[in-house]
Formats: sequence, structure tokens, C-alpha cells
Amino acid sequence: MSSTITSSTTTAGQRYNKCFERLASKQQGAFIPFVTIGDPNKEQSIKIIKALIDNGADALELGIPFSDPSADGITIQMAAKRALDANINTDVCIEILTEIRAYNSDIPIGLLLYANLVFARGLNKFYGDMKAAGVDSVLIADVPMRESEKFEQAALKHDVAPIFIAPPNASTDTLKKVAAHGQGYTYVLSRAGVTGTEVKANMPGAELINTLRQYDAPAPVLGFGISSPKQVSEAMANGAEGAISGSAVVKIIETNLNDEAKMLSELGKFVREMKAAS
Amino acid sequence: MTQTTQHTLEPYFGEFGGMYVSELLVPALEQLEAAFIDSQSDEAFQAEFDKLLHSFAGRPTPLTLCRNIVKNPLAKIYLKREDLLHGGAHKTNQVLGQALLAKKMGKTEIIAETGAGQHGVATAIACALLGLKCRVYMGKVDCERQQPNVFRMELMGAEVIPVTAGSGTLKDAVNEALRDWSASYDTAHYLLGTAAGPHPFPTIVREYQKMIGIEAKAQILEEQGSLPDYVVACVGGGSNAIGMFHDFISDTEVKLIGVEAGGKGIDTKQHGATLVAGSKGMLHGAYTYIMQDKYGQIEESYSVSAGLDYPGVGPQHSLLKEIGRATYVAINDDEALEAFQTLSRTEGIIPALESSHALAHALKIAEAATEETVILVNLSGRGDKDLTHVHSILSGENYRENK
Repeated sequence: MSSTITSSTTTAGQRYNKCFERLASKQQGAFIPFVTIGDPNKEQSIKIIKALIDNGADALELGIPFSDPSADGITIQMAAKRALDANINTDVCIEILTEIRAYNSDIPIGLLLYANLVFARGLNKFYGDMKAAGVDSVLIADVPMRESEKFEQAALKHDVAPIFIAPPNASTDTLKKVAAHGQGYTYVLSRAGVTGTEVKANMPGAELINTLRQYDAPAPVLGFGISSPKQVSEAMANGAEGAISGSAVVKIIETNLNDEAKMLSELGKFVREMKAAS
Repeated sequence: MTQTTQHTLEPYFGEFGGMYVSELLVPALEQLEAAFIDSQSDEAFQAEFDKLLHSFAGRPTPLTLCRNIVKNPLAKIYLKREDLLHGGAHKTNQVLGQALLAKKMGKTEIIAETGAGQHGVATAIACALLGLKCRVYMGKVDCERQQPNVFRMELMGAEVIPVTAGSGTLKDAVNEALRDWSASYDTAHYLLGTAAGPHPFPTIVREYQKMIGIEAKAQILEEQGSLPDYVVACVGGGSNAIGMFHDFISDTEVKLIGVEAGGKGIDTKQHGATLVAGSKGMLHGAYTYIMQDKYGQIEESYSVSAGLDYPGVGPQHSLLKEIGRATYVAINDDEALEAFQTLSRTEGIIPALESSHALAHALKIAEAATEETVILVNLSGRGDKDLTHVHSILSGENYRENK
């Protein structure tokens, strides 16, 4: 992979670097909640994301809804469907992101989405628009390392950090590339499969995390199947610098669709408990 | 990983194709690629595949010159009779190949997706024969409208899992199979049903279907003494078409025509004509033509024929369209239903609704011919599976007015 722009020549991912430095000085890791943008609609989604920030999220991982989320379990699938049914599209997501960035200028904001949403907008326009909306990083669930070059180039051109996944079954070669090409953080998969709390995270991921450290990868953050404070503290004990929890957060939205006040208070409680364990 | 990895296949067809999957699935796909490459020079493997195709599936299939259906004395239509293959369609060819590959890789389970159930049935056949555990994802809507095929699969020992996510049709069944595979790749092979999806599936499936075109070319040369003017095949995901086209691609005087599902018309939203009316994008692991909105959300396809009801297409077809080597056209539901009945009445062959699309277009070419014209049609499957569906359409009170 011959890059014309390399990770060392950009400042992408600066908010992440500051965030992890600040936490390290307090001997903490990052708690990063995930929600789908626009779930269940634009107005409530903005309130939800602000509640995540207000209750102590260290960074945000946000999904753009997609019709065919083949790497997601049923909880995130349903979230995407709610958002799409509420006429959320990439343009509306950008409006929401812009509002969130105006609300908080420091918190790292990462996107997690599927490749066709990027293709449809055009790579250059997609990354340019996301940078302008205040996005720090982009992880594309269905673009593995071997297909990533043109996405990485577009990301770096617009000073957006490309995030790569380190799965438990990856070859040494893949992990070396993840370390060399990723910025901001490294999304470490706790297990195989798709997103969801139905199958719990595998602990420890210590060996994988050590290998990534050896190759000087960006901060390892553990995701997939993380739903309890105990799992967060275990992830930190195994060397992760953060933990992402998605389906457990989205489940709170799903079960409180008819009671916004309860939804927001339960989300707040969940984030505070998870953060306390990081 | 050192001495064998330089032997890889080209993952792209021009700008199309690729391996757009979760990083988790890359090792499984690379393992499949390596096993396939290895099997190509494995004489025992090839001998077993050939033997199964011959003594179990019934290859070679015949070539039939139509006697009555063509009114224009200048035109001839030949049918490549994949409808006579065990299982009732061309699907059995590549399923046997992939099932042997799965065994070669030491996998004990097979995952498959199916729309109408034809690929599911073919997979259940191969798994019963070769002792593999089989689970088939099928949209809940499709399970209900294709109940006999659900029973066929279950009879042969397959587990059929209804998919309720999304629209409950083929594309959702593919998503669910991918989700399953991303947790089960150690023991399971995903036996994808068409020449689409991530690399190396489009290449493997083509290689395991290309005997259709190779046989047909030899047969028509024997009968006719020359190559056909047109080769016509229906295109959903595109496996029967690429299997038929492949050996003719270098014969540039032969016109290759892929026939997509026009549904209720390509000017409506209800069709499956991805190459005719879609745009470039990524679906189910490959960059190819797809049906999508301006934001990249995948749109629902529609066709009277479940086998053509898919909003994507194999990447090699996208390339053949792009370079102009093949032409893609659409045939609407009513035209396909007409051809379905005409072939039954005039030739004593009940074609699959999918294949009826190819036939309907071949009949148009034949009628318009002003000089001697030989048309080779891939009759990719038989219509037994469609009888109930077609009967209910034809006896429906609105059918005639809708035409």
C-alpha cells in the first residue's frame, strides 16, 4: 500500500490524542457510547447524544443509518430502521453532527457506517462534509484493510482519522497494517460475530492488545458485546484504553420509545455507571 | 502464510468487484481463495467434481432446437437445457463444486441464503449427498410464498431459518447469512448462491458454471456448424448468464445479451433491472451496479420471478456492460408470463419464470430477424416451482386488464 499522504503528515485524530492523554494522566480509560444518528428521530436523537455527553461520555461513536447493516445484530438493525423510517439521511445526519459539535467543541466524534453511504456521496465530498460537521474519525464496517487505500487517502486529505478494526483472527500482517494506517484509536474486536449484547465480549483481549502496542498502534479500544461496568473495568485491566458500548445503549432507547424523560434519565445513569468503571 | 499467498486471483473486474466485508471475514475469504486455487490443479478433486456432475447431476445437458415456437423462417432458437439438471436448474453445478471445496477445507457446516428456494434446494441436495450440516436463510415472505421448496429442503435434512429483518426477502437473507458466517467461519462455509458477493465468489461461481457455455458451444458447432449470432440468458445475480457467456466472450462476433427483470416496467419502481436502470455502488461485498437512492440506501427490487428479484448483480456483468461486450435489456412480468405459456404450449417444455425472461427476449430477436439468425438461449431452470404462482396469476381476474 503506497500512500501519498501518510499518517505522520496529518493532524487527524488530535481530539482523540488529547482525550487519551488527559485520561491517562488520571489513570482512566475512555468510555465511548454508540448510538445511531437520528434514532428514533432528529429531535430526540439530538437530546440523546447531548445526554451522553452531559453524563460523562469521553468520546462518541455515531452510526449513519443504513438499509443493509450486515455487520450489525438485531438491536442496531432496528435502530437504523427507526431512523430511516423517520426520514433520516446523510444530509440530516450532517445537520445533527453540526449541532452536536457546536454543543461541545472538545469531545472526539467518530462515525461508524457502511461503505455504500460513502460511495454514494463520493469519497472526497463525504470526508470533506464530515470534517466540516466536526467529525474526527471514520470507521467503515465493510471496508477491510485490503480495500482501504482510497478511503484512507480521502480521509487524510480532509484531516479525518481513519479507524481500522483489529479482529481476534487477524493475521500479523493485517495487525501491522492496522497499526501503521490507523489514527485516533484502534477498534479492537472482543470477539467474532456481529454487534450485540446477546453474545458477551470475550475477555481477555490482552494478547491482541499487546501485539497492537508492540506495533505502536493508536489507542486500543475494545468493542462488541460490552454492556456492563464489570466488562469495562476488565477491558481496562487487559490494557485497553477505552471501551465502546453500542447495543446496550441503543437498547435503552428501544425500550423507552414512549417515555422520553425515562429514556434520557436511564441513558444518563448507564453512561455514569460505565464511565465510573473506566 | 509465506509461500502460498502470492498465488491469488484478481479480485476486480475492471473497477468492479473487490472484497468489501468486515475485517473478520477476510481470513475466511482468503482461505476459500487459496483452497479454490489449490483445487484447480488437484486432479482428484476435479475428477470427483466431474463424476458428480456426470453421474449425479446429469451433465452434459442437451441442446434442443425449437421446432414450433419461432414463426420467422429465418430464425432458429436453440435451448441449453439446464432445466433437465438434477434439482431443476443450473444451480446444482456450482453448489456441488463449493460443497466439495468446503469439505476440502475441513468445514462441516454449510450456510446458504435463498430467495425462491432454488439455491437452498440445490444446497440441501449437495449437503445430503456429501454429509454436510446445512442451514438456509430464507426471507419470511419468501418462505410463505415458496412453501414446497421449504419442505424440499427440510426433507433433505436442511434447517430453514426464516428471516424477518428488513423486507424479509433475498437481500435480507444474504445479510443474515453474512452475520452468521462472521461468527461461525471456523467450522462453516458460506455457500453463496450466485456469481455476486465478495471476492472470490464471483470467480469461483463462474468457474463452476462455465461448463454451460463450453458444452453449448461444442453442441451448437456440431449441430449448426457455426457459432450462434446471439447468446441470451437471464440475469438476477448473474450466475447462469456468466456460466453461459464465459466461453463466448472471446468470440466477439457473438452478441451476448443479458435479460433482467423489468417487473412492472423500468419506469416504475417495481423492477429488478439493476444493470439497465441501476447505478454503481456496493452491496453484499462487491462494487457493482445496484439499485439505490441518492444517499446509497439499497432499494427493494421486484419481479414476478423470485430468482431475478435482487437489487444487485455480479461484478463481471457490470464490467461486460461497461466495456460493451454484453448488452443488458429488461423484460417485463407480462412478457415473461407470455413466453412461459408459449414455450409450454408449442414445445412441451415448461420453463422457469427466470428463464422465461431470456426466452421472451430471444423471441423478439427471432421475430425481428431479416437474415438467417441463430439464437442460443440458456434455459436455466424448469417451471415446476412456478406452477402454483403462475396459476394464481393467470386465474386472477385482473390479469388480462393489467397486460
